[in-house]
Amino acid sequence: MFGLDKKDTSMLIIVACLTLFAPFILNPFPTDSAMAQFNAGYPDLMQRFVIFGIFAIGFNILFGLTGYLSFGHAAFLGAGSYSAVWMFKLVGMNVIPAILLSVIVAGLFALLIGFVSLRRSGIYFSILTLAFAQMSFNLAYSVLTPITNGETGLQLTLDDPRILGVSATADGSIPVTSLFGLEMRSTFEMAIGPWAFQFNVGYYLCALILLAAFYLSIRIFRSPFGMMLRAVKSNQQRMNYTGLNTRPYTLAAFVISGMYAGLAGGLMASMDPLAGAERMQWTASGEVVLMTILGGAGTLIGPVLGAGFIKYFENIFSKINDNVLHSWFSFMPDGMEDALVFIVHPFIGKGWHLTLGILFMLVVIFLPGGLVEGGQRIKGWLSRRKAKDSNTSGETNPAE
Amino acid sequence: MDAILLQILNGLDKGSAYALIALGLTLIFGTLGVVNFAHGALFMIGAFCAVTLQRILNLSFETVDETQTDFLGNPLKVKTPYVEAWFGPEVGGSIIDWAVPLAILFAIPIMIGVGYVMERGLIKHFYKRPHADQILVTFGLAIVLQEVIKYFYGANPIQTPAPDALNGVMNLGALIGMDIIYPVWRVVYFFFAVLIIGGIFSFLQFTTFGMVVRAGMADRETVGLLGINIDRRFTIMFGIAAAVAGLAGVMYTPINSPNYHMGMDFLVLSFVVVVVGGMGSLPGAVLAGFLLGVLESFASMNEIKSLIPGIDQIIIYVVAIIILLTRPRGLMGRKGVMED
Repeated sequence: MFGLDKKDTSMLIIVACLTLFAPFILNPFPTDSAMAQFNAGYPDLMQRFVIFGIFAIGFNILFGLTGYLSFGHAAFLGAGSYSAVWMFKLVGMNVIPAILLSVIVAGLFALLIGFVSLRRSGIYFSILTLAFAQMSFNLAYSVLTPITNGETGLQLTLDDPRILGVSATADGSIPVTSLFGLEMRSTFEMAIGPWAFQFNVGYYLCALILLAAFYLSIRIFRSPFGMMLRAVKSNQQRMNYTGLNTRPYTLAAFVISGMYAGLAGGLMASMDPLAGAERMQWTASGEVVLMTILGGAGTLIGPVLGAGFIKYFENIFSKINDNVLHSWFSFMPDGMEDALVFIVHPFIGKGWHLTLGILFMLVVIFLPGGLVEGGQRIKGWLSRRKAKDSNTSGETNPAE
Repeated sequence: MDAILLQILNGLDKGSAYALIALGLTLIFGTLGVVNFAHGALFMIGAFCAVTLQRILNLSFETVDETQTDFLGNPLKVKTPYVEAWFGPEVGGSIIDWAVPLAILFAIPIMIGVGYVMERGLIKHFYKRPHADQILVTFGLAIVLQEVIKYFYGANPIQTPAPDALNGVMNLGALIGMDIIYPVWRVVYFFFAVLIIGGIFSFLQFTTFGMVVRAGMADRETVGLLGINIDRRFTIMFGIAAAVAGLAGVMYTPINSPNYHMGMDFLVLSFVVVVVGGMGSLPGAVLAGFLLGVLESFASMNEIKSLIPGIDQIIIYVVAIIILLTRPRGLMGRKGVMED
């Protein structure tokens, strides 16, 4: 289907099901139950899942395929956000032109930075991208204030021109972002028994774009172009010796992944029309690196998993507090309960980053292929055991 | 003229922190070939050594003073630090006052220990892995260390003043007949950095241990074949590099109150410094540190800012990009070290 082989088609369908039914899947607990705080099926969080999924997919096209570790990808996300917000300010509240502009601006920006940075590889490339991103961040904070509105961040105001729309709605408030009149923030609520599911227009727009982005990345992975990028990763010197200039390929990969980041930035601004310089900071670039590695760099599904995983647990872990812990461990004797709560306490709530850091280190040390490799190992282990039981040769297919 | 001299001083002062951190980074890279993204965290741990010592020295017990009363009319409770009780108020008071310089002694063993554990426990397993993996795992470690510090010390900057005697300003220009008023502690920091840098260089240059380490930096395998346990020496060098970063952090506390993310703030800059100086070149790191410091402080002069707005924010990165593209080896990089 769509020019994919069977395995890729089924993976695309799985991702499609996961994203389209996310409001159900992420809301497993009834609204009144004690576990309801672990529901993640509200629009704001679901939007973040898919937007960061897109960001990570794009980063993976660069890092996973070519092995160039960029530490400055957040600059493109920031550039995308700023251009989308400007589009809302100047043209109108329709998200399509905003997203288009953010992709184009991020692409041009990536072309510029990539052209310079890709002259070097390895650690130097990482530091060059880091330097460029920090430079953009510092500029966005200081000199470019007329464009970026400095520390306050770029926001919509009532006296923006908005040529194709209205500066202010009839009741004097700022209009909201929409897709041809379909408001991004409008949410349809459905109650089935004790459950309440929320279907948000913005989320579904992001989800559809995620599917398109995911499909495109499958096609890139399977194309001769993707093969060339992989060859660059495995041995660039050999490619050069065969008389092939790899720079256009790596530059193309860099620009594509920059455009993905711009798309994510544009979507972020479409869901919530403001943009701040902190989106460009290098820790934000570090976050997408974490997501991609955690999920599995170089695999198709890994980055999406990693993004979902980090954003989900970021949200859940920071909600758990000592009271919740006490209620969980309440079946134990008092002393033990307190001891357990004391041990777990540093890792929850505000300590989420500690958990993330430890998790990330464990993954880099023991599972360089990320969650995907973990899944494969478990699968391989299970099938080996089955093979031993039935005494037939079970072969494992390494999934890509 | 005064302004220019002042900016040079500012730059040397900023540069000495950069140079110290970059020196440690280069020691690690030159010996072990590891790109250590956790080096900023070591700097931060050093700073928190000073905070810890200050807190230890301020541990006090309460006594009830019958002669004084508080605003409710009850006898006043007076806190006396143990140190003052043991050594008498004058000696004890000055010990507390000199907490930051004393923390140097406190930090050296701790930092060497931290470095040793880090190398043996984690970095050792990453020699054979690609540089990207080393960056990633040390980046993760940096996050963990930073969060641990945040857990114990909170997220707010902690005041750690310099000793009263070194807290004021002095007129550096008196000797040459000019007025250059400058904080004393910054001068102290500069000379401290020069001392440490000189110490490291003479250690490498004039001791047998240093000679072996230099030989190992040039050709690790051959030194190993000669029957010298080079790994062990490199581990010790890692400890020393950690101590250099830690001391830079200890002495930096009065300049900038330490908070848990100060390491990350310095990390990016110090990597830029290392790259400009040339990966694996110790003199290059020091030179680039001071050079970038001076350039940065000149760029923040109003005269220059009015010519090119925003230059003070980006000068370091611009210089780094130009150097990386025109001189791939950096200012003083050796041939063949990470040139691709």
